[in-house]
Amino acid sequence: MKPRFLRFWMAQVALAPAWLIVIFAYIGTILWTIQISFTSSKVFPVSNYVGFSQYTRLFGSERWIISVQNLAIFGILFIVGCLILGFLLAVFLDQRIRAESVFRTIFLYPYALSFIVTGLVWQWTLNPTLGIQQTVRNWGWESFTFDWLSRGDRAIYVIALAGMWQASGLVMAILLAGLRGVDGELWKAAKVDGIPTWRVYLHIVIPILTPMFVTATVLLATAVVKVYDLVVALTNGGPGISTEVPAKFVIEYLFQRQNLGLATAASTVMMITVLCVLAPWLYVQYFRQPRSAH
Amino acid sequence: MKHFTKALLGAAAVVALMAGPSVAAEKAEVIHWWTSGGESAAVKVFADQFNAAGGEWVDAAIAGGEAARAAGINRIVGGNPPTAMQFNTGKQFEDLVAQGLLGNLDEVAKADGWDKFLSPVLVKAVSRDGHYFAVPVNIHSNNWLWYNTALLEANQIEPPKTWDELFAAMDKLKAAGVIPMAQSGDAWTQVLLFNDVLLGVGGRDLYLKVYGDNNVEAVKSPEFAKVVETFGKLREYGDPGQQGRQWNQATGLVVSGKAGFNFMGDWAKGEVIAAGLTPGKEVGCVPGIGNQVYWIGGDVFVFPKTDNADAQKAQALLAHTMLTPETQVAFNAKKGSVPVRGDVDTSKLDACAQAGLKLLGTENGSVPGFDFLQTPDKIGSIQDVIGQFWTTPSQAPADLQAKFADIIATE
Repeated sequence: MKPRFLRFWMAQVALAPAWLIVIFAYIGTILWTIQISFTSSKVFPVSNYVGFSQYTRLFGSERWIISVQNLAIFGILFIVGCLILGFLLAVFLDQRIRAESVFRTIFLYPYALSFIVTGLVWQWTLNPTLGIQQTVRNWGWESFTFDWLSRGDRAIYVIALAGMWQASGLVMAILLAGLRGVDGELWKAAKVDGIPTWRVYLHIVIPILTPMFVTATVLLATAVVKVYDLVVALTNGGPGISTEVPAKFVIEYLFQRQNLGLATAASTVMMITVLCVLAPWLYVQYFRQPRSAH
Repeated sequence: MKHFTKALLGAAAVVALMAGPSVAAEKAEVIHWWTSGGESAAVKVFADQFNAAGGEWVDAAIAGGEAARAAGINRIVGGNPPTAMQFNTGKQFEDLVAQGLLGNLDEVAKADGWDKFLSPVLVKAVSRDGHYFAVPVNIHSNNWLWYNTALLEANQIEPPKTWDELFAAMDKLKAAGVIPMAQSGDAWTQVLLFNDVLLGVGGRDLYLKVYGDNNVEAVKSPEFAKVVETFGKLREYGDPGQQGRQWNQATGLVVSGKAGFNFMGDWAKGEVIAAGLTPGKEVGCVPGIGNQVYWIGGDVFVFPKTDNADAQKAQALLAHTMLTPETQVAFNAKKGSVPVRGDVDTSKLDACAQAGLKLLGTENGSVPGFDFLQTPDKIGSIQDVIGQFWTTPSQAPADLQAKFADIIATE
């Protein structure tokens, strides 16, 4: 058995590349970003410090406020919608139906598409002069209207819908794995006691599936924060600026509008928000339970 | 054994690839955003001329001006610059010059005598502190109104000369069940439309006061209020399919007779020509309705600084080729724009270009483009408020006016 300190240092040496990446590529660039957000940088980083004025401009900008609101609307609808839909699909598939693998593939297929493809497909489907609306009108229902994509107050719901269509299959796959792990004896016991099926799902199965739900939620939440391509492909932020999201704000100010200072201020705010949301979860995960001895 | 053969084949392919370019001439990778039918026909003129002059054109077309510029700037900043890249004439490449990232073109300019054939407005636009940093390739006018001649005739409409006539004509078209005005969903086209109204209703002086002098009082004036009101009224004449439509699709609606009018720059002509029609005939043009002004815009190519001698040679050759009289005439005929050289034969250009040239020649007949006067940051903010106003039919004109004043007032 090697001495304890030697083992410790060998582990550290083995980890060194990972540490370097974490320190320089992640923490270093985060700090650099925060530093730039306090300058008046345009296309290139300069060190002309202007205090909090980029942040003042950011929160005075209507586009940013709309972006944040949209992220909240999209996030809640997307996560809740995917969990419910995914759970229902999983339960449906768990009924020992015939050709289960066919259905599983169909439901999971949208997830194999990129957001760009999803966005374009939905853009064409919902375009009032090309898609569903026009088709139904051609069938003879002249007054049929489904123009959410060109209405500023509804377009964000279309994006949430497209997102749900894509990601529900993933949730289904995760929850289906969980359902298969539920002990068959539980079902038999519930049947003996005469408990209705929906109550078994609600009060016994769902609590058992909690870890699966947490996994799915974390995966969906990361998709929410970084949502960009779906919006670009589906509406490009339009009509007007009604479906803008924070990630798009950052990218546009970074590259197209040539204002690094404002873009980095926005990304710093995004990071702080994510940390605020994650902090309680991290606390619960790592600090509340006493660490078990090695 | 099978794997070994495969590996050998792969290695041979790699060697063949590596050996290939060594015999080739000066290679020039050019980033541009000319991807529509008319545009790509025009850019092919550059490629052919450059290849004929002994170079090798490597096309790096990226759809969408904003995306193309972002990609090019990223590569320049990242130290892997393209040989040349496109910008709009104006302030877009200013920071790159300030940071010393662009090659100085004084040598080519002197050899070819740019001072002699470029108009002073263009010389000012492509040089900084007396040095040339960009090659202007065309002069565009942004404020044209296009109409489908046959469609207007079928509805007994005379080509409009004033805004009142235009609105009357569009009412007739609406009643006849065609799209009165084809509009794209892209924000920049909404801004283009707004500026058309600003020039057409407000006039040249108001335009220059607002964008040139950043005069907030001018934005708060009743004249500007009338501009916003007219712009707001235009919202009723678009169709619900705007969202997601590109500019060339909007122009295409006029070309195919599905829509009556379209406000677009003279690059729309490229689409007309690509459809086999003649600008000024099947598709008519008005150079700025209500108030005829040539709103100068255009494209330039910049040449990022490089230490590679071959690349430098390619850059000099490309800069020279783009401005030769033959290239200029051929390119601009396809692109729908006007040559930057004052000394070439323009008699072969179409009727619309002739009308534009006439305006360009008169005093006070032109204004510098939006991009010449404002930074991308401010243009972006203006885009946001105009896009929001355009797509929210309930928003009051006074609201846009107030927001506009706030933007003009910022640094």
